[in-house]
Amino acid sequence: MTDARWSEPAPTRRRWSWTDPALRSAVIQIALGIALIWLAWSFFANAQANLARQGIASGFGFLDNSAGFGITQTLIPYSESMSYGRAFLVGLLNTLLVAFLGIILATILGFLVGVARLSENVVIKALASAYVEVTRNLPPLFQILFWYLAVLAAMPNPRQSWGFGLQPLFNFLADSFAGIGLAPVSSMFRALAGDVAGPSVFVNNRGLVVPRPVFESGFVWVVVAFFVAIVASFLIARWAKARQLATGQQFPVFWTGFGLIVGLPIVACFALGVPVTLETPHLQGFNFVGGIRVIPEFVSLLLALSIYTAGFIAEIVRAGILAVSKGQTEAAKSLGLRSGPTLRLVVIPQAMRVIVPPLTSQYLNITKNSTLGVAVGYPDLFAIFAGTTLNQTGQAIEIIAITMAVYLAISILTSALMGWYNKRVALVER
Amino acid sequence: MKRILCAVAGLIALGVGAGHAATLDDVKARGALNCGVTQGLPGFSNPDDKGNWTGIDVDFCRAVAAAIFGDATKVKFSPLSAKDRFTALQSGGIDVLSRNTTWTMSRDTTLGFNFAGVMYYDGQGFLVRKSLNLKSVKDLAGASICVQTGTTNELNVGDYFRTNNLKYELIAFATIDETVKAYDSGRCDAFTSDQSQLYSVRLKLTNANDHVVLPEVISKEPLGPLVRHGDDQWFDLIKWTYFVLLNAEELGVTSKNVDEMVNSQNPEIKRLLGSDGKYGEAVGVPNDWVVKIVKQVGNYGEIFDRNLGPATPLAINRGLNKLWTQGGLQYGMPVR
Ligand SMILES: N[C@@H](CCC(=O)N[C@@H](CS)C(=O)NCC(=O)O)C(=O)O
Repeated sequence: MTDARWSEPAPTRRRWSWTDPALRSAVIQIALGIALIWLAWSFFANAQANLARQGIASGFGFLDNSAGFGITQTLIPYSESMSYGRAFLVGLLNTLLVAFLGIILATILGFLVGVARLSENVVIKALASAYVEVTRNLPPLFQILFWYLAVLAAMPNPRQSWGFGLQPLFNFLADSFAGIGLAPVSSMFRALAGDVAGPSVFVNNRGLVVPRPVFESGFVWVVVAFFVAIVASFLIARWAKARQLATGQQFPVFWTGFGLIVGLPIVACFALGVPVTLETPHLQGFNFVGGIRVIPEFVSLLLALSIYTAGFIAEIVRAGILAVSKGQTEAAKSLGLRSGPTLRLVVIPQAMRVIVPPLTSQYLNITKNSTLGVAVGYPDLFAIFAGTTLNQTGQAIEIIAITMAVYLAISILTSALMGWYNKRVALVER
Repeated sequence: MKRILCAVAGLIALGVGAGHAATLDDVKARGALNCGVTQGLPGFSNPDDKGNWTGIDVDFCRAVAAAIFGDATKVKFSPLSAKDRFTALQSGGIDVLSRNTTWTMSRDTTLGFNFAGVMYYDGQGFLVRKSLNLKSVKDLAGASICVQTGTTNELNVGDYFRTNNLKYELIAFATIDETVKAYDSGRCDAFTSDQSQLYSVRLKLTNANDHVVLPEVISKEPLGPLVRHGDDQWFDLIKWTYFVLLNAEELGVTSKNVDEMVNSQNPEIKRLLGSDGKYGEAVGVPNDWVVKIVKQVGNYGEIFDRNLGPATPLAINRGLNKLWTQGGLQYGMPVR
């Protein structure tokens, strides 16, 4: 339909004929469109009729009904008396959490292994190759179950938890800072050490339990300081770039930014008299109360997804780096660049062009594979909504439609972000 | 992925499935009954290593096949998880769901089903480790509990712990094997499901003797077969297959004596076995349907004993599932 000839005045001798490719394609496209609409409509009408005949409830009213089931991991407050709509949100956040962290871990691990496979060191190279071969070739479901069942079985029960004390660590930090004369930092760690007498980090077959930081009201200013530091670093970076373009003088942008982002919140923290204490978990009955618990379902799913996908990312990174011709490195060297800047300024930017598009598919795979968590009882969107909620309400059509739309939206969003990034790293031809 | 595909396939079936309701004609034309069962629950529906299914829910489907075809073997069993079972029935993938399913109001109405009867009166219980020395469900305050998702059980736990103001952590798995493995590995302090099923789950654990079933039940779980809304003839056949199993037991008709009983002068037995009246035709099957059922599958009591009774590893007491004449709840409506 976008054929430009349609907007031009038709040549005088032209006749409506089936051999005219533009006309033919228009007819075919219109027919196809009508057939599609008809198909969708008859699907919808038939489903409606079938539902009505069987007396199955339809519509989205069920989202307000109370869910009734408990959920292990909730990032927002949730209880059984809340609605299916709320349960949907809880599931969605759990999916986003594991997908987001999975993408970050898989990327870091994948880049490390990918670079290691190109290493000159034979041992490192062999290890990286073995990693890729093993992780890529075992099905992800198998890997999830491995981390869940094999590793869980080796963990003690809550009563026999492996406990680790944080007090020695905090005391050591306090002593060291006192040693270099940073008295306020030292006293902060001394105070935190006081909060965590005895073991305070526990590992058992119910997961990993760590102390929970309890923030007093003054803590907002620490957060504000953090954001101020980020904005400041950004402005400094812009100024430094402009100056370098104008005068050729360099400025240590990275270290200034790092110092600001880490330092400013710390300074704010002391100015406010350290507005944070630690709540340590303790065993009560069957489980630990207090602190933060990371459930084994989450850990096994996250580990399996990151480790599995990192194998693919490693290969993508290796291919990307190999795609940059050797001449580029040699040219950089002959201009006198050291090997660090050569990699950072010459090789990696060109490799990224090759790496980013396939990397996007891997990110989409992580999101989609996170639905495998249902096998180990991880309460993600798929398990909570397309599983439990569908079963309890029986409203398959609505629920599958919503679920598909959500996964589609997450995927499109990921692709769009990566597409934007890809444009930025793409070779700008001059 | 397989799960998504199943769900989507079910959906498509709902959307494009032909909208006609004569299930019995379809079954006859196909030459086999499609029956939804569990993925393996000894005593109710369980495949052995040769793929032969046994259990009371399995025998119920065999009884239906015997009624329709005069041949109890003409059944195709579809193993379904608790979560997938309803979509399978809604979309027409199976003709009857006979899978220890609790008769609840929403399932009987808004989910679009009709329950035909109660093959087994049950209640929800808890399986725990002996070493914990628990006396009651209330001692489980703060515990982690494993459950299969898509069951009434996962809702009942919520109700019970909330009304008693007890904290708990619920971990829900899609299939029974995953649930059992997680409990066995120590992830949970208790495994909860219908009490009868706990006995068979217990036998799947590494060390069955280290585990006990707590005596209390926290809910009513009437388990029975169900069909889709909108096909009264089919519903009648399933419902009356259940009633005649009970009536056969009540009247002393067994797989061993049914051939002689055909000649009995007792009017109730005559109607039941088809020598008087056309009760088979009334549900669309031959009039000697009950003879075929009882001869090939047995009466309700025989089915119970064969699958759950004292001679089996489960050795479950009939309790509530005795006939009403013996103080139980099983009561067959009269054939007349
Ligand atoms: N009666 C309950 C629960 C039935 C149920 O599915 N129980 C599980 C737990 S033992 C089961 O039979 N699983 C066997 C399977 O999934 O194959 C209901 O209808 O919701």
